[in-house]
Amino acid sequence: MSSAPTAPPRSFLWARGVFLTLLTGFVLVPVYVMVSSSLKPLQDVSGRFSWLPSGLTVSPYFDIWDTVPLARYFVNSLVVAGAATVLSVIVAVFAAYAVSRYRFPGKQVFTVTVLSTQMFPGILFLLPLFLIYVNIGNATGIALYGSRGGLILTYLTFSLPFSIWMLIGYFASIPRALDEAAAVDGCGPVATLFRIVIPAAIPGIVAVAVYAFMTAWGEVLFASIMTNDTTRTLSVGLQGYATQNDVYWNQVMAASLTISVPVVAGFLLLQRYLVAGLTAGAVK
Amino acid sequence: MGIATEDRALPGRRTAAPGRAGGPHRAPSSRRTLLRRAGLPYLLLLPAVLLELLVHLVPMLIGILASFKELTQFYIRNWSAAPWRGLENYRVSVDLNAPVGKDLLNSFFVTCVLSVLAVGMCWLIGTAAAIFMQEGFRGRGLLRAIFLTPYALPVYAAVITWAFMFQRDHGMVNHVIVDQLGLTDERPFWLLGDNSFIALAVVAVWKTWPFAFLIVMAALQNIPKELYEAAAIDGAGIRQQIRRITMPALYPINRVLVLVLFLWTFNDFNTPYILFGDSAPAPANLISIHIYQSSFVTWNFGTGSAMSVLLLLFLLVVTAGYLLATLRGRKTADV
Repeated sequence: MSSAPTAPPRSFLWARGVFLTLLTGFVLVPVYVMVSSSLKPLQDVSGRFSWLPSGLTVSPYFDIWDTVPLARYFVNSLVVAGAATVLSVIVAVFAAYAVSRYRFPGKQVFTVTVLSTQMFPGILFLLPLFLIYVNIGNATGIALYGSRGGLILTYLTFSLPFSIWMLIGYFASIPRALDEAAAVDGCGPVATLFRIVIPAAIPGIVAVAVYAFMTAWGEVLFASIMTNDTTRTLSVGLQGYATQNDVYWNQVMAASLTISVPVVAGFLLLQRYLVAGLTAGAVK
Repeated sequence: MGIATEDRALPGRRTAAPGRAGGPHRAPSSRRTLLRRAGLPYLLLLPAVLLELLVHLVPMLIGILASFKELTQFYIRNWSAAPWRGLENYRVSVDLNAPVGKDLLNSFFVTCVLSVLAVGMCWLIGTAAAIFMQEGFRGRGLLRAIFLTPYALPVYAAVITWAFMFQRDHGMVNHVIVDQLGLTDERPFWLLGDNSFIALAVVAVWKTWPFAFLIVMAALQNIPKELYEAAAIDGAGIRQQIRRITMPALYPINRVLVLVLFLWTFNDFNTPYILFGDSAPAPANLISIHIYQSSFVTWNFGTGSAMSVLLLLFLLVVTAGYLLATLRGRKTADV
């Protein structure tokens, strides 16, 4: 990488240093506020802001579980986001395989329609979807409204357009010679998908899974309408700290950090895949 | 992009297919296997199609239908009994002499300004950071992880932290501006009044620029290094290399990136909702919040749906116009 024929000029290095330092500050200040405030005693966050806590305490991390039923919200979010991710990846892999390997009438319509759903304002189909779920429940007894199942269905569909689009690009980058070799060996199309295409597309699939999980973990609008006390997810449940008369900011920050750690850690661990997946797939 | 690559590859697939299907060891391929073969792509697409129908397409059609009805709280239990209103909901939405129309126009204007501003900033910061980090230096991996953190944080956690920082009396922003720098004597409000627009823009940029960074960073890896080496040997400076090699190579991805960023910012509900709660101040009243209020707070879903449909039409026109304009721009650039 550093074997460029000419070293970059000094002015470039200066500009780079200044820009990246300022940007790091902009990015990290809120993270610092979140971490330091979560370790402050209550009187520190109820008065003037201070950069350094008067004393460190971990009690907010214990109190958060009692102020609101955080453990239940956590389990709900894990179940909903986990199931939505697994199902979304499976559905997207099948769809992308069909589009990238077959020629059939309606293909163009499918890809254009799926992509254009990205344009829909969520607010347009929030109420209709709510009505559909209620009516399905009344007609068949399958409770979608207020259940985790309904939320899983919703979120898995939300991440589908981007996932399918990205996997189409990724699958297209896998040489067809591999498919043909598998066909000569007697593999049917489905066996080819599982033995050849999926193993070769792991970075793309991981990238899609990360995206689907994050989409489901952070969604607020639909979760606020479609859940009840027992099925509430974290992003809605956390508002419980803020609607009390006194806002326990140290607990809000501790809870925010607690729900962020699994996602951020997972994201940063898998970001290499994400870049690799995007490089080979979507941005090609 | 993805679709184009796949279309280019299709002829190869076509020549391969007959050899496979009609190969000698598959001679007794009956009509049933042929049928199965033709049906397979549809079978693979079926789950995706069903889900899209259930969650995206049918609700959208119902939303469009509802925009022609008088759908108030009296009809919400049995909404098919709601009387038809024709275009009345639309008339109310765009009537600029009445408060409803005025508010909608204001929030439309606010959303447009915010989207253009935020998308421009996100693209600029993301691209600059990606270009600066194209070449290796010590700590690049760590810096990349730091930069991606705002994007990785769950929206709620990120935005509530900003809401805390923007508190008037014990927020960090006013502490720096008033107590430490002494720029003003009066502690300004950030989540009320005119400043709320600035607060919203800052949060939107902070949260979204890493996505631009991520995409541009990935796209840069597809530019062959030999191009830069050849340009350097020919005496091109770093500025010229960026202008002549990097930017043209990024054009196709920028085209989609800017559109996606625009649509996301335009339709964003989470950020203003968490930052301001149910009632956003007028200078930061984004259109999705405005429609949410019109539907769920005043219980007038017909008008809310009409506004959503207008919004969708606007986005359709913008997207189509944008894609056409950038396509033409590219063709003339090639000539």
